[in-house]
Amino acid sequence: MQIKKELPEIFNDFGEMRKKSFMAAYELKQKDIPFVGTFCTYFPQEIALAMGACVVGLCSTSDETIPDAEKDLPRNLCPLIKSSYGFAKTDKCPYFYFSDLIVGETTCDGKKKMYEYLGEFKPVYTMELPNSQSPIALELWTKEVIKLKEKLESHFGTTITEDDIRKQIRIMNKVRRAMKEFYSLMKLEPVPLLGQDMFKVLYGSAYKFDKEALPGEIHALVEKIKAEYEQNPNKYPKAPRILVTGCPLGGGADKCVKAIEANGGHVVCFENCSGAKSFDREVDESNPDVYAAIAERYLSIGCSVMTPNRNRIELLDRLIDEFHIDAVVEVTLQACHTYNVEALSIKRFVNEKKGIPYMAIETDYSTSDIGQLNTRMAAFIEML
Amino acid sequence: MFTLGIDSGSTTTKGVLFDGEKIVRTGILPTSANPRDSIHKLYQSLYNDEVAYTVSTGYGRELLETADKQITEITCHARGAAFLNPTIRAVVDIGGQDCKAVLLDNGLNVVDFIMNDKCAAGTGRFIEVMMRILEEDIKNIDSFVEGHEPINITSMCTVFAESEIVSLLAKGADKGDIALGIINSICRRTSFFAQKLNLTGDIFFSGGLAQFEIFRSTLESYLKIPVHTSPLSQYAGAIGAAVIGYNKVKRQA
Repeated sequence: MQIKKELPEIFNDFGEMRKKSFMAAYELKQKDIPFVGTFCTYFPQEIALAMGACVVGLCSTSDETIPDAEKDLPRNLCPLIKSSYGFAKTDKCPYFYFSDLIVGETTCDGKKKMYEYLGEFKPVYTMELPNSQSPIALELWTKEVIKLKEKLESHFGTTITEDDIRKQIRIMNKVRRAMKEFYSLMKLEPVPLLGQDMFKVLYGSAYKFDKEALPGEIHALVEKIKAEYEQNPNKYPKAPRILVTGCPLGGGADKCVKAIEANGGHVVCFENCSGAKSFDREVDESNPDVYAAIAERYLSIGCSVMTPNRNRIELLDRLIDEFHIDAVVEVTLQACHTYNVEALSIKRFVNEKKGIPYMAIETDYSTSDIGQLNTRMAAFIEML
Repeated sequence: MFTLGIDSGSTTTKGVLFDGEKIVRTGILPTSANPRDSIHKLYQSLYNDEVAYTVSTGYGRELLETADKQITEITCHARGAAFLNPTIRAVVDIGGQDCKAVLLDNGLNVVDFIMNDKCAAGTGRFIEVMMRILEEDIKNIDSFVEGHEPINITSMCTVFAESEIVSLLAKGADKGDIALGIINSICRRTSFFAQKLNLTGDIFFSGGLAQFEIFRSTLESYLKIPVHTSPLSQYAGAIGAAVIGYNKVKRQA
């Protein structure tokens, strides 16, 4: 197939920032690099990377395109789904626009139904993600990983070898270790950087397409922060240490993290998709079956679409201890059923098993609740 | 020595002077379209040379630059309620534009809270709007609904409830029956909301509506837990602010 190389017709109507990000993607496309667009941490990146593709995250977290999405989708649907669909429809996101194939998974109900409509105007392939982590589920997911490889081969007219995949497994494991090294800096007390700055690095790393260079860049950043910390360990005063968990936040995390940090707290750990959840587990490099190894690693991700979802509790348990967490803030998106329902069991676990306070915030990508968010976070931190 | 607590709410601005043992003066003003004016006016009417510390709270807490500290209404309501009645273990506050429930531990510290700040239903605003349609003054609500049979108000939304009441009036329904139905509606909703917290001990009911017995008794019947108020219920936030301020001064001394 021919990969998409030309800019969209409405390019000239875009603002400078958007033009810039379109041009960055455009440059890559001129080098004949295909784009595989993804929505979820369940997407087995190594398979697409093995064919030399850029894996681009399409989860959108701006309310700009929600009105366009609401022409097709219900209003009381998760804002992430609406925003993403809206960007796809309007060609306002370079990664959406340049994606030669979009791969979704049957994660939450809202997303899997949205993919059906998305498939009407974009090339969409949906992987069947099981709802549990049983041996039968793993068997299915392993087959789905192989099917994805075959789909990519036929769609792009290429061949993906097991050696190529194995190489990418090693690269991605290095990325995971580097990211873990980075966010583990926040174990320091007092902290070496603000949670909002940590998040920018975590979130931004997904858009660094040279995965081989990424660990080195992150390591250099870690060294720099460590050196600065040695010079001035008290740059940030001691404050209650907060762990943030819940829905994928992307750019939408901003207002919540700022509300916590402007009111006397310090976000030291993100369990969400852009945080520990994405980097905590590695693919087993010693497993001779690369597909089984990949499937096992990805299926273990503790997202609320799984039932039961023990791995999220297991990860939270470890993070709360390792990062000396004083309180947990769960940020959920409106109408995200799985996370909103699971909030109760997370609250029980945090209050009863870990003996620390928990607060849930349900929000969206608008700025209309910033006043209330601030009051809520200030009161929560006063309570600590 | 006194401390001053000022609670800048969405509907009224309240202030109290505290001498370390009791509330020696109170003041209340409707919050105007310029809340900064209201909070400053109240501050000036209560402030004197013996005020050692001022704490502001409520949604307009940041508008009083001369305050020594700003504390959220959650913490202040809890502290104020615990001051007025140390036997309580939770606070339910129906404010002008939000509603909150706060859970306290045995040391009367806040351990959990929830807020409804997204919808006018379940707030004082709901009652305000409905009373306007009924052309009745909220001040006489207790006598107005006495001996009446509540009419079930089914709409959850303030705007829809408004049209539901308009059609009830058109059908010739009794205004007192409607008013009692409205009170049941808000108290039922508030109790469902508050029960999301694990309420066990006695409850203190604060906010402007707490001064009316019918709201207290209806809320109690839905919650099935003793609900207490105080003549100073409406000042709970301001009292909490003044008490916290007093403790700060004492600790500094």
